[in-house]
Amino acid sequence: MEQSRLEKNFEEVEPGLTDREAMEEANRCLYCYDAPCIRACPTGIDIPAFIKKIASGNVKGSAKSIMLSNPVGASCARVCPTEELCEGACVLNHSTKPIMIGKLQRYATDWAIRNKEVLFQAGRKNGKTVAVVGGGPAGLSSARELARLGYEVTIFEAENEAGGLNTYGIVSFRLPQNISLWEVNQIKSLGVQIRTNTRVGKDIEVNELLECYDAVVLAVGMGKVPKLGIPGEDLDGVYDAIELIKETKTKPLTDRLVGKRVVVIGAGNTAIDAATCSVRLGAENVKILYRRTKEEMTAYEFEYEFAKQDGVEFRWLTAPKRIIGDSKGKVTHVECVRMELGETDADGRRRPLPVEGSELIMPVDVVIKAIGQERHIELIEAFGLEHDHGVVKVNPETYQTSNPKVFACGDVIFERGKGEAMVVVAAQQGKEAAYGIHQYLTKAVSETA
Amino acid sequence: MADLSINLAGIKSPNPFWLASAPPTNSGYQVQRAFEAGWGGAVWKTLGEPILNVSSRFAAISFNGQRVMGFNNIELITDRPLEENLKEIYETKKRFPDRAVVASLMVEPKREKWHEIVKRVEDVGVDGLELNFGCPHGMAERGMGSASGQVPELVERQTYWVKEVARTPVIVKLTPNITDITATAEAAAQGGADAISLINTINSLMGVDLDTWNTIPHVAGKGAHGGYCGPAVKPIALNMVAECARHPRIRIPISGIGGISNWRDAVEFMLMGATGVQVCTAVMHHGFRIIEDMIEGLNHYLDEKGIASVMDIVGKSVSKYSDWGDLDLNYKVVARIHRERCIQCNKCYISCEDASHQCIERCIDENRKEYLKVREEDCVGCNLCSIVCPVDGAIEMIEVPSEHPPMTWNERQAALGRLSGCSVDIKSL
Repeated sequence: MEQSRLEKNFEEVEPGLTDREAMEEANRCLYCYDAPCIRACPTGIDIPAFIKKIASGNVKGSAKSIMLSNPVGASCARVCPTEELCEGACVLNHSTKPIMIGKLQRYATDWAIRNKEVLFQAGRKNGKTVAVVGGGPAGLSSARELARLGYEVTIFEAENEAGGLNTYGIVSFRLPQNISLWEVNQIKSLGVQIRTNTRVGKDIEVNELLECYDAVVLAVGMGKVPKLGIPGEDLDGVYDAIELIKETKTKPLTDRLVGKRVVVIGAGNTAIDAATCSVRLGAENVKILYRRTKEEMTAYEFEYEFAKQDGVEFRWLTAPKRIIGDSKGKVTHVECVRMELGETDADGRRRPLPVEGSELIMPVDVVIKAIGQERHIELIEAFGLEHDHGVVKVNPETYQTSNPKVFACGDVIFERGKGEAMVVVAAQQGKEAAYGIHQYLTKAVSETA
Repeated sequence: MADLSINLAGIKSPNPFWLASAPPTNSGYQVQRAFEAGWGGAVWKTLGEPILNVSSRFAAISFNGQRVMGFNNIELITDRPLEENLKEIYETKKRFPDRAVVASLMVEPKREKWHEIVKRVEDVGVDGLELNFGCPHGMAERGMGSASGQVPELVERQTYWVKEVARTPVIVKLTPNITDITATAEAAAQGGADAISLINTINSLMGVDLDTWNTIPHVAGKGAHGGYCGPAVKPIALNMVAECARHPRIRIPISGIGGISNWRDAVEFMLMGATGVQVCTAVMHHGFRIIEDMIEGLNHYLDEKGIASVMDIVGKSVSKYSDWGDLDLNYKVVARIHRERCIQCNKCYISCEDASHQCIERCIDENRKEYLKVREEDCVGCNLCSIVCPVDGAIEMIEVPSEHPPMTWNERQAALGRLSGCSVDIKSL
């Protein structure tokens, strides 16, 4: 496959609204009072207000309304499961059809990106410093709010660029990297320092942060995809889904999946991304293997539909047992076993159990692991924070951890079975952690005064 | 199929839909295309001494993204030689003898000028004349159009001059750019007009460009007021038609004009006293083909109502249009929200709260579900909630039986006047 063809495959799939489409759709919005869409948005964007601003031709004001509530609102316009959130709550679901809120949000933020708008300014310096560990959605969001409140904020980012999964972990054809990097730049423009390629615990000591800053935000998200725990995992041709996606967003696209038979293990949004990514890299056949059924799948409905459109096949109740390689160490087959659902688990889902004697062998060239992400337990413990299997414990209102100086937000506090690990939720937690810190530090001031 | 034919002061047409004197009736080619499409009549673009036009000429206003809510123009009367127009009128009438062809006329306010043009157009076989006393721009500065139409004496005198020689019915077209249109309508009737047509366009400036600060439209950076028309002017036109229709001294037929875009608008004008209607902006926007739905829709409406002839609806609502002082002060309606239809946009709540009488309450039921409720004892029946409600039938205005018999302001004042002559304590009434 030609390089240009590959690149075309990774261009954003959904076209944005034209001016006229946006105008018509914006005018269709009823401009509800105390609108349910606002309540359905985890970041509480004043949706009727931003839509009205599109209709009035105040697109800059519209982008500001969006980004004020959600510092990663341009990314969320593309990756939010809007039918479960704002659009699902639109009152027009009960009469005609809901407003395309996500697409209007994208229209306004695209306008701001195109016009190189700087939307916010830092607040007057209050002399206090905050370190933010991790420059993903939660970290960026907390940094933005802290900077607006007058804090001097430094983000410590392990990668080459900030933005977290928005920059590296969501496929380009759904979320181009420049969108996330624009959001990063918005935050930089408030004077937030971002120290990239700096891994806390390795390039800089945890204690240094705790000593040198008035407060710390821990927003490190999650780590790489864990081991499957089956034989053959180290064979050539076994990939980590997040690593694979990151590669497509950071390096020239390669033809190494062209004509290959791929299986993806797992059925979350990352699994879907890895599968559609493989299709677009030229794989001949892509199957998603999931040990439970469609009902338990964590991928959003629209993601699932998108994968089906891309020709991805789904094998429910199928788990890998062993990856088989040839003499050169290359993957040739995967042995699977059929599953059935047993009793309900602690997380509320029925436990999958292997059906004895149902093993089958599939010829494959590539196995992509997408069964979740590891926890940064080592780092959490280096901070000395209370946690539950790598899930940092926080006060649900202030996001303060067991160390009063440290606040945590985003995927690092995400508990399985407690809602969804959405970008938009991480953004909201980032804001709330910032307010938690502000409350904590201003209280400290008033107490010592 | 109902009979759609009308007879307006002796001018007959197979349906009540005429094209108004305007750009769509500029040439024989256009009028014949319109007649092929089914239009019942056409008032030719105003004839007179040929003029010079400017470029650009039109502008329109959009509302919430919808194009051509209102429209304006600074185009003048025909810019083609009279002979050419007369030849085309003759050909058109010959090809479509059953349609009404009316010549719109505008000349200097001189008796001989009117006599001359009337004779010339009647010689080619027009069915009637429409005197353009309404055009608000360009011609008015030369003493014609609305400059004549704003002065009742001029209207009466020029109408009289025309009637001295006219053999076909004379319609006087009135300008709305006047405080009380019935004054000029009455003057036209006094002058012997067989009918009046209204409204002509309204003085307007469509807009100012936010970037160039030019007027919209502009001609080389300068603008001038133009004539406003289109759907936005319909309520203004309808009122003026109704005021003329109910006026005791204006006893001549009315040709209704102003924002009529479909058969429904036409029915409203006819109910309010128009014998037929004239259309322009809707054709400017969509072309002659809209006539198909206008005829069909009107036909279906009349059939559903069991009305044999469209002439039977003319003026049927006129007696319902009155003065404020004749309205019943004891009549009362209140809003009622039908919960099962409500989609909870809360538009009614906020408009009542901020702009009316604060009588809609946001409640929560036993299942923690939100709903809206009207505190009927405080509702003044203003209609605002039902106007802003986006769902048909979710808010209904319900008549509440009154404890008192009907009484109008005029009746009340008359009663008080009578009582003031005696020594009864009227405060307790």
